[in-house]
Amino acid sequence: MIKRRKSCVSYTKWGYIFLIPFFLVYVVFSLIPLISVFYNSLFENYRSGLNQIGPNFVGLNNFKILLSNKDLLTYAKNTIIIWIIGFIPQILLSLLLAAWFANTRLRIRCAGFFKAVIYMPNLIMASAFAMLFFTLFSDNGPINDMLVKMGILDEPFRFLSSIGGTRGLIASMNFLMWFGNTTILLMAGILGIDSSLFEAAEVDGASQFQAFRLITLPLLRPILLYVLITSMIGGIQMFDVPQILTNGSGNPNSTSKTLIMYLNQHLYSKNYGMAGALSVILFILTAILSLLVYFTISKRSEKRWG
Amino acid sequence: MAAAGWHRNKIRIKTMIVHAILILLTFLCLFPFYVLIINSSRYHPDIQKGFSFLPGKAFLYNLKNLMGDPNLPVFRALRNSFIISAATALLSTYFSTLTAYAIYAYDFRLKKAAFTFILMIMMVPGQVTALGFVNLIRRMNLMNNFIPLIIPTIAAPVVFFFIKQYMENSLPMEIVEAARIDGAHEFRTFNTIILPITKPTIAVQMIFTFTSSWNNYFIPSLILNDAKMKTLPILIAQLRSADFLKFDIGKVYMLISLSIFPVIIVYAFLSRSIIQGVAIGSVKG
Repeated sequence: MIKRRKSCVSYTKWGYIFLIPFFLVYVVFSLIPLISVFYNSLFENYRSGLNQIGPNFVGLNNFKILLSNKDLLTYAKNTIIIWIIGFIPQILLSLLLAAWFANTRLRIRCAGFFKAVIYMPNLIMASAFAMLFFTLFSDNGPINDMLVKMGILDEPFRFLSSIGGTRGLIASMNFLMWFGNTTILLMAGILGIDSSLFEAAEVDGASQFQAFRLITLPLLRPILLYVLITSMIGGIQMFDVPQILTNGSGNPNSTSKTLIMYLNQHLYSKNYGMAGALSVILFILTAILSLLVYFTISKRSEKRWG
Repeated sequence: MAAAGWHRNKIRIKTMIVHAILILLTFLCLFPFYVLIINSSRYHPDIQKGFSFLPGKAFLYNLKNLMGDPNLPVFRALRNSFIISAATALLSTYFSTLTAYAIYAYDFRLKKAAFTFILMIMMVPGQVTALGFVNLIRRMNLMNNFIPLIIPTIAAPVVFFFIKQYMENSLPMEIVEAARIDGAHEFRTFNTIILPITKPTIAVQMIFTFTSSWNNYFIPSLILNDAKMKTLPILIAQLRSADFLKFDIGKVYMLISLSIFPVIIVYAFLSRSIIQGVAIGSVKG
């Protein structure tokens, strides 16, 4: 009896010990920086030419400047627009592909190969991918060359001088990099649905489309929600692709500059007050979205193990 | 009979359409990389003249040319990227497994709180703390050092979450208890029994952590600015901001190839288990 209690106590101790590395590293490299970001956001601290201004305590003034300035709103709008033109085709195509891959009656040949190919762009270095697109779609690059030779265009289209062209390229890259991943998540979700539901629907004479609309979609809602929110968080983080494609300028005329590009600009010019305030705003946004992810995950886990 | 035949035909037509769309998507996904391979093997003037579907003979020429460029320390960058990514893959997966094991196998008062906390911070991106992080690293005198890119990945909530999911499904507590009865030390039990059992998921997570570190641009570009310490994504950004027209375009394609193809080659061999790994983490139904 005594012996067992003693061993119990020592096991508990190991649980705490094994958690030390994670929490120690998290506190030092994430929590302390986060606190210092909040602290920095309350100070005026930047360089003007060769002069260092501040740090002077200014309260919430940085937030006032940031929110009354048109820049933040413009870059937020850019980020949202680019995210949406990438995300809508992505989720629609992924749903369709997931339903097809999960459908055993379709007998897709080489399904493994197709899945492997559509997932592959997700692992590609985003900056190299953007550089590749930059060279492929440049004014005298291979794509323009092909389009002109095939007679589709009369003269090269200057993708990177056009607002739609640049935003479209960024959105297509995001789309290419993420639709395979989304397809696999949704497919796993569909395969997890109790197959007797589909059999019952078939017996009742439901068409495949009806079964998809009335069984698959409602039961897939938690995963769709998860995909939507994580994609929104990813959208807020959008940086590598537009940064490399437009060489940090967000051209034409800052219409493809994203929020993190704006943050990066403040970090490089050492405007710590503005960078701090912007980081706090982005933190609050992503924290709210993260909490939503947490609730969808924990709800699902409860259903599964609870 | 006729209705059944019509139904079968309908499915056959649908299957054909599905295959056509899949082939189109395959083309869409692979075509940029096909052009990349072709152009990496062609001479600068040939590339300028227009596109060709056949490779040229300049592959080795472009490679040698790129490696010999004094302004672009490509060999150094390959080495730097590899060291950082390999170290990240090892440390991040090892400590995430340890964290997952602590939450999975032990009962203690703060267990639920710790788990909830990790899930809540899981999605908060590193960019929002970048300002504080870089200032901290500067104060620690670790600028132009790989340590700030490697050590912080010990706390990797996403990797932790995937490994914990796996333990939930495939690590019976009986095994842990059997090891305890044998009188094994807890830390040794973890290293000699738990790690080998979780090896399949650790391997997949290693590939994910390796690639995300290999591809990482935002934080490294703020920490590394010494030419000798730069990684591949930083060189790509540097190349993009250089006067592009003066550049040998064959060299540009070659640098992109060197950044992308190592990952694609590894993926070609392991795609099955990688895709399974993605699906497992996605929580079933």
